[in-house]
Amino acid sequence: MHAVTTPEGAITIARQKRRSNARLTMPQTTKPPRLTLARAPFWHRAAEWLLHALAVSAVVAIVLILVFIAKEAAPILYAKVVRDEVTLGKMWVPQLWPGYDESSSVWQPVSDIPKFGLWPLILGTIKVTIVSMAVSVPLGVGAAVYVSQYARPRTGEIVKPIVELLAGIPSVVLGFFALMVMASWFQDLFHLESRLNALVSGVALSFAVIPVIFTLSEEALRAVPRSYVEASIALGAARWQTIARVILPAASPGIAAGVALGLGRAVGETMIVLMASGNAAIVSASFADSARTISATIAAELAEVVFGGAHYTVLFFLGTLLFLVTFGINSVGDWAIRRMKRRLGSAT
Amino acid sequence: MSADGTVATAERAAAANLATVRTRRNFFADGALAIASGAALAIVLAILTVILFDTIRHGLPHLSLSFLTEAPREGMTQGGIFPAIIGMVEMVILMTLAGVPIGVATAIYLHEYASPVSPLTRAIRIAVANLAGVPSIVFGLFGLGFFVQFLGAGIDKAFFHGEKVYGQPALIWAAATMAVLTLPVVIVATEEALRAVPRELREASLALGATKFQTIFNVVVPQASAGILTGTILAVSRGAGEVAPILFTGAAYFLPLLPKGLSSQFMSPSYHVYVLSTQSPDVDATKPILYATVLVLLGLTFTLNIAAVVVRARMRRRAGVAA
Repeated sequence: MHAVTTPEGAITIARQKRRSNARLTMPQTTKPPRLTLARAPFWHRAAEWLLHALAVSAVVAIVLILVFIAKEAAPILYAKVVRDEVTLGKMWVPQLWPGYDESSSVWQPVSDIPKFGLWPLILGTIKVTIVSMAVSVPLGVGAAVYVSQYARPRTGEIVKPIVELLAGIPSVVLGFFALMVMASWFQDLFHLESRLNALVSGVALSFAVIPVIFTLSEEALRAVPRSYVEASIALGAARWQTIARVILPAASPGIAAGVALGLGRAVGETMIVLMASGNAAIVSASFADSARTISATIAAELAEVVFGGAHYTVLFFLGTLLFLVTFGINSVGDWAIRRMKRRLGSAT
Repeated sequence: MSADGTVATAERAAAANLATVRTRRNFFADGALAIASGAALAIVLAILTVILFDTIRHGLPHLSLSFLTEAPREGMTQGGIFPAIIGMVEMVILMTLAGVPIGVATAIYLHEYASPVSPLTRAIRIAVANLAGVPSIVFGLFGLGFFVQFLGAGIDKAFFHGEKVYGQPALIWAAATMAVLTLPVVIVATEEALRAVPRELREASLALGATKFQTIFNVVVPQASAGILTGTILAVSRGAGEVAPILFTGAAYFLPLLPKGLSSQFMSPSYHVYVLSTQSPDVDATKPILYATVLVLLGLTFTLNIAAVVVRARMRRRAGVAA
């Protein structure tokens, strides 16, 4: 039934499409004639109702997630206990704290004067994400190009599940490896001051992102119709020209989807960063400095806060922020996948 | 696959015949692209190899039967991880019981009942795709906010006169949170399997007078069981390895006793690795135990993932033959 997905089938379809009047002779997929079936017993229908009810669980889950995180974050807008310590404005706008020369955004939730400036966390998240994307995009897309364009099909069959194994490594194991092994290597290699920093955690994070980018890119590259390749070669293009100027652009929505989903993963991933980034909430542009991300902050601090207090509320606010950002990024990725499937057509 | 090979060969022959293509610049550019992309793949495979090798080298010497069957001793520097393994197994079983039926039902609905263009179907698909992308720490927050503070506290108020029984982090809430997290895995794998069931089987069943429901449960679902198994295996692998969702919903650092019931806290190897490697006062003393635990975790997830690949490959081969 999936004959269409094999390259052979794709060619047949493509050829049939090229002959403009072929459509008339192509067998239409007719719907089977509708028969009146025996009336189902009551419990069949009851079971079907149950099935339908369960089917909305994913929608319910995503709504409940948003509602219940936002619910715990909402007191920041109205509760006096919370607003005495922190408001939305105080989180976003740098404040002139006692003891500081100029106004700054500081994250010090447990001090005499709790400070909930978000910018150190946001900068930390961005820094770690940049490192991880800078490593994972070239590696993920490059490996996908090799597997889909140069490797023999059999090699691809073996390599793909192996890369999926990388995706299967629990993030806590990657975090452990970064903390125990990579951090020392990086320190020796680059003579870094702090052992745990944005660079190490970003590189470790890229190990979790690479499989996402690889899998989707490979799928997209493979889905480019053979006719494109044939046309390019017929025009006298070399292999690299075909790949760089025909295949990659044709697959770009799929690759973009992979990059977007990988980005979503990078922004939200917790354990790797929590274990390997050093977790110092500082404002610094250097990748060699320790960094604290939003996700790691939640993981590290939530266990020790007073329920319903200012700190607790702010952490849930950060969770809501993280949810919305990743939801946005993933929606873009999801949209790109749909677009690719529509464009490369009916082939998949 | 042979078809793919022939096409590639034909194409290579075609390229070779075009004399204009064989300029020196193209020759080098072709080589450079092949080497660069090949190097990318080599690096990715090297990363995997190094992680595996390092873990085995340091973890294997400490791995023994007693490590798997003993409780930790002397402030986690001696003994094994037995309670953690039991805790993980219990959590994963509960997660599977809660999550897999819902995931399978959703997939059946999506593929067998729903109209592909209805707004509800679209909403479900978007929700599934986005659920897969929600950061695991957000699931942890959700588990705390919804299961522990809302459901758990509600149950306590209704049945235990406000005494804290379920209104605190517990095995059942960690499992429930993990079930929601792994829902997309099950749905996607099951739907793929349903898609591979030939239409003729459904038609034959319907033609014999079976109702739609009978057709689905007696013909289609048994055919798709390999896919459901794949989804379950992947979900278990994911559930066993995740830490962030159970941080606030039930995982404990050290418990002298095994979990007594659904409302107990539990130990888990993944959480064990996190706590031991970040909060241990004496890292060198715990290092052998840590590495052995990581090896157990890695061995478990690799075995499960390979099993999933094998089951899926077999399913695809069979579907190919059927079509």
